[in-house]
Amino acid sequence: MNPERSRATRSPPAEKPHAAGWGHLLPWTAALAFYFLGADFLGLGTNALIMVLFALSLDLVLGYAGIITMGHAAFFGFGAYAAGLCAIHVTNDPVTGLLIATAAAGILGFVTGTLILHTKGVTLMMLTLAIGALVAEVANHLRDYTGGDDGLHGIRMAPLLGAFRFDLWGHTAYLYTLAVLLAWFALAWRIMRSPFGRSLDGIRQNVRRMRAIGTPVWWRMVAVYSLGAAMAGTAGALSAQTTRAVGLTALELLASGTVLMVLILGGTRRLYGAFAGAVVYVVVQDFAAQVDPFRWMFVIGALLMAVVLFLENGLMGIIDFAAARARSLWREQTPR
Amino acid sequence: MSDAEARHANTLGAAPVLSVRGLCKSFGALTVAQDIELDLPGGARIGLIGPNGAGKTSFVNLLTGMLRPDAGSVLLEDRAIDRLRPELRVRRGLVRTHQINTLLAETPALENVAIAIAERKRIGWRMLRYGTGWRACLDEAEARLAAMGLGDDRLRLVRELPYGKQRLLEIAIALALKPRVLLLDEPAAGVPAGETRAIHEQLGDLPQDVAILMIEHDMDLVFRFAREIVVMVQGRVLTRGSPSEIANDDRVREVYLGRRVR
Ligand SMILES: Nc1ncnc2c1ncn2[C@@H]1O[C@H](COP(=O)(O)OP(=O)(O)OP(=O)(O)O)[C@@H](O)[C@H]1O
Ligand SMILES: [Mg+2]
Repeated sequence: MNPERSRATRSPPAEKPHAAGWGHLLPWTAALAFYFLGADFLGLGTNALIMVLFALSLDLVLGYAGIITMGHAAFFGFGAYAAGLCAIHVTNDPVTGLLIATAAAGILGFVTGTLILHTKGVTLMMLTLAIGALVAEVANHLRDYTGGDDGLHGIRMAPLLGAFRFDLWGHTAYLYTLAVLLAWFALAWRIMRSPFGRSLDGIRQNVRRMRAIGTPVWWRMVAVYSLGAAMAGTAGALSAQTTRAVGLTALELLASGTVLMVLILGGTRRLYGAFAGAVVYVVVQDFAAQVDPFRWMFVIGALLMAVVLFLENGLMGIIDFAAARARSLWREQTPR
Repeated sequence: MSDAEARHANTLGAAPVLSVRGLCKSFGALTVAQDIELDLPGGARIGLIGPNGAGKTSFVNLLTGMLRPDAGSVLLEDRAIDRLRPELRVRRGLVRTHQINTLLAETPALENVAIAIAERKRIGWRMLRYGTGWRACLDEAEARLAAMGLGDDRLRLVRELPYGKQRLLEIAIALALKPRVLLLDEPAAGVPAGETRAIHEQLGDLPQDVAILMIEHDMDLVFRFAREIVVMVQGRVLTRGSPSEIANDDRVREVYLGRRVR
């Protein structure tokens, strides 16, 4: 067979080669290395990983399907409260709690998605905002269950898989979060290359085209919205389980804005953009907040502006550029 | 006629695959469809012509569900499809192309066709186990692009393709859906003269029982393609007949006001 032809049909088109092979190794090795090298900062590291997962979930909905949502934190918060309440009232087994919270957030995503996804543009944006506000308000009102402004405390988790206690230094929490993130990431990576994922990409680009080939556009959008909600719910649950507390801030509209910023900062539709954005965000937040606890948002804001104005695809744009440079240098220096 | 007879008649290409009954549509004071009646039997090759603004594209939009008619009904294989969403009509084999290219600009040509094939095969929902299914879609898409003369452009993003090639891609996608009824809205508009042959050949290769309605201003193409021509003016069917009848019709000449119909 013609080798040129077989290459074209075997590998999905438009896939950046570096992202398929070595590109995977770097972030995950770094995450694992951090476990050994950054022992004093494992709490911070865990937060970063949770933020990665949260931003990743938004990437599916906003990056791929093009559903601009301003209320994504509703699902994160819902998952967090679900996991917290589950630990207090039902079972404190972490994995069970995680699955329950994930399903609960997914169902909330499905219900709200079916209600709002027939709209589009600014209307849809407003509705996502409204749902975010609504969920936050409900949590605030159900003081008896959620603790209202005081937050939900007294979460005690049983050892992970019955064997690994959640230690004071956050070793278990970090590895647990990393494992869950890896599982979701692998799933998302596969799904976004599937016919389903490609149809989302098409819906973002041109709904009329997708209707004209018979794609049930509304159902696909509901599906990815629910999937993103479930994933955000997992992130919320991890946050509740590893910090042993849930506060109203988890589902405030500000949190929806934050995750949006993180994703845009890192770069949409890349999956790894969520990594870049979340890590930079958490690190800058931590350092800048130490220097000036009141004005650290200024640094983030300036960074976001610089990225949006000067880079085409977020921080991943820099990485792309560097990778391309490195490849061409490598080619120059390797004699044939 | 009994059901069995009706089905028999259908296989002979006598019963219409698509029937339009009393279709009406106005945009305010502007009437774009006025009591249109039309049957497309299996194997129909109908050319729809008419001056700019006659309502030809609106007619296609009404049939495919992009526009909601004020009155009237559309039947696909004897079933009213008026309440079906556009995408469900497509799934039943009512396929169109657009007058203005409607493609995924940031996606390679190959994938534009492959996702259409995936929807046709009903595997558009697959999320995890899709390796062989998707590969089959890519292989078929590649063959279809090659047949359209787009083989070398398959990995290029659509926005990098010249307009004429995008036109051909638009048609390749419609054909990949294996339509029962194909509505072509000015397929050759913007295609360099030398390349309309590919369109003509591809349409010729379709199964004979597919019903095709082609809107076209390029009279050469219409007269080569159509066995029957319908002339639409101001939302009305002015007249219809064989290509030679239409070419010699005084009213049609008048409508085209000096523009020679062949
Ligand atoms: N959504 C709409 N709202 C209002 N007016 C419309 C709409 N769509 C089409 N029209 C008008 O209806 C008339 C018929 O338009 P249509 O596109 O159906 O014509 P056409 O026969 O396809 O013309 P052409 O040969 O130029 O493609 C035009 O005057 C157009 O401006
Ligand atoms: Mg038109």
